[in-house]
Amino acid sequence: MTDTTPLDAAPAGKPTKSILVEDERTRARNRAEARFRAYGIAAIAIAATFLVILLATIVVRGVPAFTQTYMTLDVTLEANALDPNGTGDRDEIAKVTTFGYQPLIGQALVSLLEEQRIETPLPPPALILMLSQSAPAVLRDAVLDDPSLIGQTVTFELLTSSRADGYFKGRVTRESLARDRNLGPPHLDILDQLAESGHVERRFNLDFITGSDASESRPESAGIGVSMIGSFFMMLVVLFLSLPIGVAASIYLEEFAPQNRFTDFIEVNISNLAAVPSIVFGILGLAIFIQVMHLPQSAPLVGGLVLTLMTLPTIIISTRASLKSVPPSIREAALGVGASKMQTVFHHVLPLAMPGILTGTIIGLAQALGETAPLLLIGMVGFIASNYPAGVAEGFLDPNSAMPAQIYEWAKRADPAYYERAWGGIIVLLVFLMSMNLLAILLRRRFERRW
Amino acid sequence: MKFAKLATSAIAISALATAAAARDNVQVAGSSTVLPYASIVAEAFGENFDFPTPVVESGGSSAGLARFCEGVGENQIDIANASRAIREGEIEACAANGVTDIIEVRIGYDGIVFASQIDGPAFDAFTPSDIFNALAPKVMVDGELVDNPHTMWSDFNADLPEAEILAFIPGTKHGTREVFEEQVIAAGCEATGAMEAMMAAGMSEDDAEDACLEVRTDGRSVDIDGDYTETLARIDANTNGIGVFGLAFYENNTDTLKVATMSGVEPTVETIASGEYPVSRPLYFYIKKAHIGVIPGLKEYAEFFVSDAVAGPWGPLSQYGLVSDPELAATQAMIANEETMGGM
Repeated sequence: MTDTTPLDAAPAGKPTKSILVEDERTRARNRAEARFRAYGIAAIAIAATFLVILLATIVVRGVPAFTQTYMTLDVTLEANALDPNGTGDRDEIAKVTTFGYQPLIGQALVSLLEEQRIETPLPPPALILMLSQSAPAVLRDAVLDDPSLIGQTVTFELLTSSRADGYFKGRVTRESLARDRNLGPPHLDILDQLAESGHVERRFNLDFITGSDASESRPESAGIGVSMIGSFFMMLVVLFLSLPIGVAASIYLEEFAPQNRFTDFIEVNISNLAAVPSIVFGILGLAIFIQVMHLPQSAPLVGGLVLTLMTLPTIIISTRASLKSVPPSIREAALGVGASKMQTVFHHVLPLAMPGILTGTIIGLAQALGETAPLLLIGMVGFIASNYPAGVAEGFLDPNSAMPAQIYEWAKRADPAYYERAWGGIIVLLVFLMSMNLLAILLRRRFERRW
Repeated sequence: MKFAKLATSAIAISALATAAAARDNVQVAGSSTVLPYASIVAEAFGENFDFPTPVVESGGSSAGLARFCEGVGENQIDIANASRAIREGEIEACAANGVTDIIEVRIGYDGIVFASQIDGPAFDAFTPSDIFNALAPKVMVDGELVDNPHTMWSDFNADLPEAEILAFIPGTKHGTREVFEEQVIAAGCEATGAMEAMMAAGMSEDDAEDACLEVRTDGRSVDIDGDYTETLARIDANTNGIGVFGLAFYENNTDTLKVATMSGVEPTVETIASGEYPVSRPLYFYIKKAHIGVIPGLKEYAEFFVSDAVAGPWGPLSQYGLVSDPELAATQAMIANEETMGGM
């Protein structure tokens, strides 16, 4: 009897279990789902926050590198200092080194201060420290280009030194300069007054994008241009080696190779290769390309070869994926009308797979462009990117750096002004990477076919 | 078609490789301490001469000398920068590879300083004994040699601030570490009487000297294997941290760092040149004599490097923080005569 009572009671309870009314279990499941959604949103929010912080930091710290403070200065190029014998001969004038030009700049500063009625306790040798050490070289180059300038008063736009520039950018303050050996508050007084009179002004600095690296004593004149050219030549090597090799390998593996243990083994190893840390390729490059094959140190050619090794697996994997996505009916139709296997592949399959191949290649190149680790081992870090390559052959073989290696190098230099330039370099590199990724997306959108 | 194109491009690249085989720029590698000076000289050299700007790679003294000793030829570097003198073993390795005539050039001195956060505790004055008491594994307490019990600087010297001991010193791959050990830790070891106590406890003199170079391993002394920028970042994050820097690096960062005196002497270019400041070391570069006359501009670069206008007391190197060598004239004459090591 006691057993039947609950059975009898059950029908009475049943109507409460309507699907329109949530019971405890359903509520629990709904809560679980709501929780999961919240986790998902939180995850996205965290990722987005990091991205925003990262980008904001890069922009805030890097943008000052694109402007630089210049001083407009009238310099009298005195003949008895620059061409004592009055020969006007370029070789004679070239014997006066940049050190011979420093007193002229000191003189020019003194007369500028007199003209502006600015009083200062500083002697001329101390005044020069407001200007970049590149200033004498600017004067000397101008004189060597046109010896007739000697004896005239010429207006030059000269970079100010990194500390002075930092003062206008707010990186350097009077307090922080109090203990600096080279520049002090009296310099800043002068700079303030010159800024008011318009002789000192901060403006966009194209040289940061096009210029060459500079030594530790003059961060204000350093640019990323030469290492950009180094990166460009490396990318050429990567493109011209990894695209044909990668595409040939994937076509063979995908379309021609028999399915056996050997090809399986190769496939597994290509996937493994894609996961090898890039520094390993750097050591390999050092051992094989430089120590065995005796290719030149620090050359973009070697950098390109190393990055090719790194990019190949990416290209092979993406090419095979896009070949696979071409439906078999295309191949069968071509074979059916009498095309040979090779004609089928090259006339029908490959053109259809091309958008995918290009996308994979561009993404592989973008990866290679941002890669630093292997370049450290083949000698692309240091004071390398100082000369523009003279021609195409030199572009491949002369020592050069690459954008990420240059950024790494700047970040470890002593002067804080180089730290700012490292962030600026990151912006330039990011612009390149983003435009490459954008190009890949556009190509895919434009040409991709879905079956 | 495709293969034909591929083949032509491969041939073109290898043709380029042979066409530009003759190297016309000086190649330098080695110490990252010497790199700033070498880059300043290389830049000025490129500006003032009709030679291309020399290429200066970093990577450390030992790595640079190892590459220097790989052999003679256009694919080998011409100059190795070093923050220490070349070792016997390296000279032998060089000789085994045919690099026999080496010119040793001392460019000047580099001061090694102890610096801390500018707003941190008042670490203003140290002696080698202080550093030894703080960082050695075994120190003298009440006349006995015991495992280092100190956790605060004030534990052993009431004049020092009451702050946790935390020091960031160069890692063992740096040339600076050797100088730090020999000129600071070992000096402190002798001054506090720890060395005597070790020998009294039955150690031989050599063993005691080696034991004197050791640094405690309980985390209060942190090895920095990276550059000074890494040490700076650690100091920024640790108010109580003390870092070991080169003088030039400190002078570039006076806005965030304050320097401590050593035995009462403040480190400046002047006190280091006069020898009053006790912790400094010579900087060198080494030239392959066989490359002079083969690589254009090599000898000119070396002569320019040690010229009075560059390496002298008023030159750009001194302005950057190098302590100029009082015997610079002798070095200039040595390069002019291409005198190699060992008087050959």
